[in-house]
Amino acid sequence: MAESVKDQVIAIIAEQAVLEPGDVKLDSTLEDLGIDSLGLVESIFAIEEAFDISVPFNANEPEQSEFDISSVAAIITAVEGLVAEQSGS
Amino acid sequence: MKRVVITGQGTINALGTNVPETLEAMREGKCGIGPLEIRDVDRLAIQIGGQVKGYDPDSEFNRQQIALYDRFTQFTLLSAREAIAQSGLSFEGDLAARSGVVLGNSGGGMNTLDDNYRTVYEDGKNRVHPFVVPKLMNNAAASHVSMEFNLKGPTFTVATACASSNHAMGQAFYFIRSGMAEVMITGGSEAMLCFGGVKAWEGLRVMSKDACRPFSANRNGMVQGEGAAIFVFEEYEHAKARGAEIIAEVIGFAMTSDAADIVMPSKQNAARTMTLAMKDARIRPEEVGYINAHGTGTAANDKTECAAVADALGHHANDLMISSTKSMHGHLIGGTGAVELLACTMALKDGIVAPTIGYEEPDPECALDVVPNVAREARVDVVLSNAFAFGGLNAVLALRRV
Repeated sequence: MAESVKDQVIAIIAEQAVLEPGDVKLDSTLEDLGIDSLGLVESIFAIEEAFDISVPFNANEPEQSEFDISSVAAIITAVEGLVAEQSGS
Repeated sequence: MKRVVITGQGTINALGTNVPETLEAMREGKCGIGPLEIRDVDRLAIQIGGQVKGYDPDSEFNRQQIALYDRFTQFTLLSAREAIAQSGLSFEGDLAARSGVVLGNSGGGMNTLDDNYRTVYEDGKNRVHPFVVPKLMNNAAASHVSMEFNLKGPTFTVATACASSNHAMGQAFYFIRSGMAEVMITGGSEAMLCFGGVKAWEGLRVMSKDACRPFSANRNGMVQGEGAAIFVFEEYEHAKARGAEIIAEVIGFAMTSDAADIVMPSKQNAARTMTLAMKDARIRPEEVGYINAHGTGTAANDKTECAAVADALGHHANDLMISSTKSMHGHLIGGTGAVELLACTMALKDGIVAPTIGYEEPDPECALDVVPNVAREARVDVVLSNAFAFGGLNAVLALRRV
């Protein structure tokens, strides 16, 4: 059975943060997890590769990007949206 | 210690195919950034750049030369021809032995790499042109300048990403100041606007899709450029004795390393480098009239750089002008400090300070006089030119009006 989007996103973030997936909480911010700007762009790249999607994100204006990175839960929701939007394209 | 002066300058970049065209564009606040015209541009997320357009290599070089000259070498040679012609120098005998070439470049022959990777990977061919290596090596431009002009002294290329040209010009300055060389051809070039070159930068997610707006609150990233600028650095007494026209004097240089992060800039070390450059030049902060900023248009660089200027220059930071000409010609990476030095010599020699164009909204974190949108007339006696590279490598030059 395919892993859920949630589990895959958590696995990607956990790998970047060098944590066990169980230690990544939905309300954690990337900062809480010790992920810096390079870690963030690397995570986004891993998400794009895992789901074959394109994530709109510019590191210069993270708050203006359509992609919400304010918490792990927000990232999962955003990825689910992009997967639904871009699947079959 | 010997004094070092500039007696020639040449360029080709998105603003013009020579120095007069480039300076006119800088005075007019013209933007050289536009839609990229390169192969596979439709597969890029970033489709703009400061590209050299309307340039035909076949009208400048013969077939044998083009087989050996990557685009970055072509830009270098065209700029060197203009600079050396202006200086009036020819290199024979002892002068040739005591004159060299030190250039900044980051990517080497990126177009050559791109084209030949396509040949072997995409087209599946098993053979490439025999000159691929001598064409793509990033000392090729320096070597071809030495060959065309018979320069037999110290000759090499410096690669420190976005600080390459400033580091190169700093070395040229040291060689002459210490008496090791009489004349140095210096500056730098870059030609990275090919599919692979832009695609690599896209990955970092720091590029703007629409414009380079340094210091503006709504800035959203950097824009790549391409081209070259070359200068003739000459020992002052040598220049004076032959009655050469002196464009400006190079009076100081400093370089440091952050030893911290591979991409994030450091306020403390940027400030330290400016302070060391002023110390090397034996000037006080109050003498600095203009700073040509690194000013990439990224969120991180511009606020860090403005804070560093405030630290290094104290209260005087509010009285000087600082602008980023990357807003017009884009970020030439390894060649950028060289093209930007043209804005410095224009400020010193012509009393015109190039603007930061694309400036739309004040940013409280960049609250300096950034010469927004319109060039300004002002007598400027001393300038600094900043370069703060990925890798945490900083290089600042100081120049004086003559």
